[in-house]
Amino acid sequence: MKNFSEHKTLWQRNLWDRFMVALLTFSTIMVMLPLLIIIGYVVVNGISALNWDLFTQELGSPARAMQGKSTGLIHTMLGTAVVDLLAIIIAAPVGLGAGIMLSEYPDHKLNPILRVINDTLNGMPAILKGLLAFALIVKPMGTFSGLSGGFALAFVMIPIIARSTESALMSIPWSIREAGLAIGLPRWRVVLSTVMPAARTGLVTGFLIAFARAAGEAAPLMFTSFGNNYLPNHWTGMILGPVDTLPQRLYSLAISPYKEWHELGWAAGIVLLGFVVTLFIIARMLTREKNYD
Amino acid sequence: MIMKDKQKEGISKKPLGIIYRWLGDRIFFTLAFALGLTIIVLSVSMAWVLSDESSLAFKEFGIGGFLTGTTWNPGVGLKFGALPFILGTMVTSVAALAIAFLPAIAIGIFIAEYAPKWIGSIIDNLIHLIAAIPSVVVGIWGIFAFAPWMRESVYIPVFNWTANNWPSLLPVLGNPMGYGIATATIILALMIIPFTTVLTRDAISKVPREQREAAWALGATRWEVIRMAVLPYARGGILAGVMLSFGRAIGETMAVAMLIGNKNTLPFTIIGPAATMPSVIINEFREAVGSLHVSSLMGIGLVLFVISLTVNLIAAYITRKLSATGGQLV
Amino acid sequence: MLKNKKLAGAVVSEKTNIPNKKIEENGLPGIRMESRDLTVKYGTVTGVKNISLPICNEKVTALIGPSGCGKTTFLRSLNRMHDITRNATVSGEVLLDGRNIYHPKVNPVDIRRKVGIIFQKPTPFPTMSIFNNVVAGLKLVGIKNKKLLNEVCERALKQAALFDEVKDRLNSPGGSLSGGQQQRLSIARALAIEPEVILMDEPTSSLDPQSSSKIEDLIHELKKNYAIVIVTHNLQQAGRVSDNTGFFYLGELVEFGETEKIYTNPANKRTEEYLTGKFG
Repeated sequence: MKNFSEHKTLWQRNLWDRFMVALLTFSTIMVMLPLLIIIGYVVVNGISALNWDLFTQELGSPARAMQGKSTGLIHTMLGTAVVDLLAIIIAAPVGLGAGIMLSEYPDHKLNPILRVINDTLNGMPAILKGLLAFALIVKPMGTFSGLSGGFALAFVMIPIIARSTESALMSIPWSIREAGLAIGLPRWRVVLSTVMPAARTGLVTGFLIAFARAAGEAAPLMFTSFGNNYLPNHWTGMILGPVDTLPQRLYSLAISPYKEWHELGWAAGIVLLGFVVTLFIIARMLTREKNYD
Repeated sequence: MIMKDKQKEGISKKPLGIIYRWLGDRIFFTLAFALGLTIIVLSVSMAWVLSDESSLAFKEFGIGGFLTGTTWNPGVGLKFGALPFILGTMVTSVAALAIAFLPAIAIGIFIAEYAPKWIGSIIDNLIHLIAAIPSVVVGIWGIFAFAPWMRESVYIPVFNWTANNWPSLLPVLGNPMGYGIATATIILALMIIPFTTVLTRDAISKVPREQREAAWALGATRWEVIRMAVLPYARGGILAGVMLSFGRAIGETMAVAMLIGNKNTLPFTIIGPAATMPSVIINEFREAVGSLHVSSLMGIGLVLFVISLTVNLIAAYITRKLSATGGQLV
Repeated sequence: MLKNKKLAGAVVSEKTNIPNKKIEENGLPGIRMESRDLTVKYGTVTGVKNISLPICNEKVTALIGPSGCGKTTFLRSLNRMHDITRNATVSGEVLLDGRNIYHPKVNPVDIRRKVGIIFQKPTPFPTMSIFNNVVAGLKLVGIKNKKLLNEVCERALKQAALFDEVKDRLNSPGGSLSGGQQQRLSIARALAIEPEVILMDEPTSSLDPQSSSKIEDLIHELKKNYAIVIVTHNLQQAGRVSDNTGFFYLGELVEFGETEKIYTNPANKRTEEYLTGKFG
């Protein structure tokens, strides 16, 4: 015989449980719905705005669009490719090195503070990274440039790559390193030829995610790569002069007063969304593959 | 690969090998150290650049004067005060977080605890996908679809109703333009929900199986297991996630700049236009000519930096103090 | 369902200070719980098959066998812990006081309150105070009477031989105790809801020898009032604490009987081999 009586019956408690299931399911649906509507809306409007000129013509002045001449965003897409590539070239070594520092020298005094600072840098608004690149690159160069845009995006990528590299390398058991050291390999050989190949899926995933994050950022590019309505005369103009990028162009088109440009904005939106989402899906699929191994 | 390693091992046994090993490790470590240090240098230089570039504005108006100044006039008078933007950022971020955090945690719990595995993984993938949508893409939807819709079906009816029934509230409500604090806040909430959800889910999935089983074993229902074992254990992670989401909201730039209406002067109203720190930088920095104007914008960047830094450090502190041990900080 | 609801609601009594004398009241002096042809599968893999085993009042039943032989799987099926494991299926019957706990109308939540379980690792809720840990199961059913909670907490902690060590710091978090204390706290928490049967899944395997022997003493005390089932890897421990022993091998119950008989004169050759250390 129990020394106490049960105040709530099982029936009441089960009812409460059911209620919570219903509430959680309901709020999940309520939140997913608008988010899916956003995607659907952008996809539908974007696809209807797509045309061949988009990939072959440059934008030109607003008058060009208003007169019904063919305009496109070829200069924007090339510019995006250049700036994003510059960014990953700058960010990859730094992020990778810092990630190696964090994972392979776990007891080093620098690491606790490096980890906190890296996370903080990651949490900093991207616009501040743009201001930093403006002060460090644009001001000394005296001109807006693709290079400064690359640096600004690299500042976005670096902390993400450092973090993902660290966790990818950490996921490799320590015993593998010890096995390498035990057969007389120097530490750097162990890391480069044993640990990193074993962690390559994780490393690539981290790079892709960082790349996707940075590729969608407009804020750091507004006052670094600045934007340009035309293709530069020479390809070096992409690096040393102001250059167009998709996110920043999308913003400029959307806030412009021209209806024709709004159409182009939707097109830019679907291209950007498609680009980022593709990168992202590849990254997710890689992660899943890794889990199956 | 193994073959190659064996060859290297052979080399390392020769006298030259000692130098090769010692020097190799030395160089490798120095490189990693230097690259790690680069991140620290970057962060410090961000603080330095912002304070250096904004020193002119702070000298002109004084720190207190700049922070509490309510006039922002780049045209005539050249007076710059940051208060409207600080207020705008704080109001939109806090309100967005207030809207977002319960639903986000609910989805996190739903995916991690209730949903059948396949539904959970579909929603999980979707949430990650949505979190990856660029801010400008959300912004273009906001400008062309959401804001006009809100104006026609929410703001104007509300405005008319208020005008008829409660005209004294009109100055608080503001103009039903469609672009303003309310619109920006809702968009901001939608944008941080996936982020908070992912972090909540991560925190919940770190709760050990034993904790759940202990609650089951006491005869708890599913919800009671969550309330008794899962949420208390994960609360540090969840709280840190909410903090990080707040940081996200503060720094969110493009979508807000596209939707908040960009009004630089107080007072702000509920549905009327306003501005935030990132939005004013985006809108004016490209066209700023006067050095005082540029410096003031950098000053706003510095304020944004300090607020972000504080929020992120608090999140880091919570993560360290609360979640490592499952929350000993009672 | 009716029967159970009645049971959950109807076991209402005045507070008494009499220690649990549930054995007589519920009839059936010998067998408290019984499994009949119990089979547990994980997907297509069989965990245990066709286990029929009685669990007696005032007795400790030890389940022994090499790792992976299904002891823990069987133990967890006795209070329907498999319901929360994905893709685990249970067939056969487990009778508690003559009623099948796997009957579709029986709620597992109800069963788990009658059959308590102690896990291998101590599992205090780290954010809750010691006090709240002990009374967690009571708070679930809406008991808020502070005085009653205090009484139950003290009684459970005393039964778990932990009261003297923690009486001055009932408000400090459960995670602040040592491993052995945490395990006794888990026991106290299970005792507080006054189960009828206590299952223990290698309760001492993560503890130091001193704490282990405290737990063993505790088992001796507890068996006066409860039916206890203990899974253990430690043959000496099984010999010391148990009255009946079941030997599991490859998911089957090879032999079951009084501990003394099994240890001195096993009927099955495998049992003998295992007990003499030839395998396992």
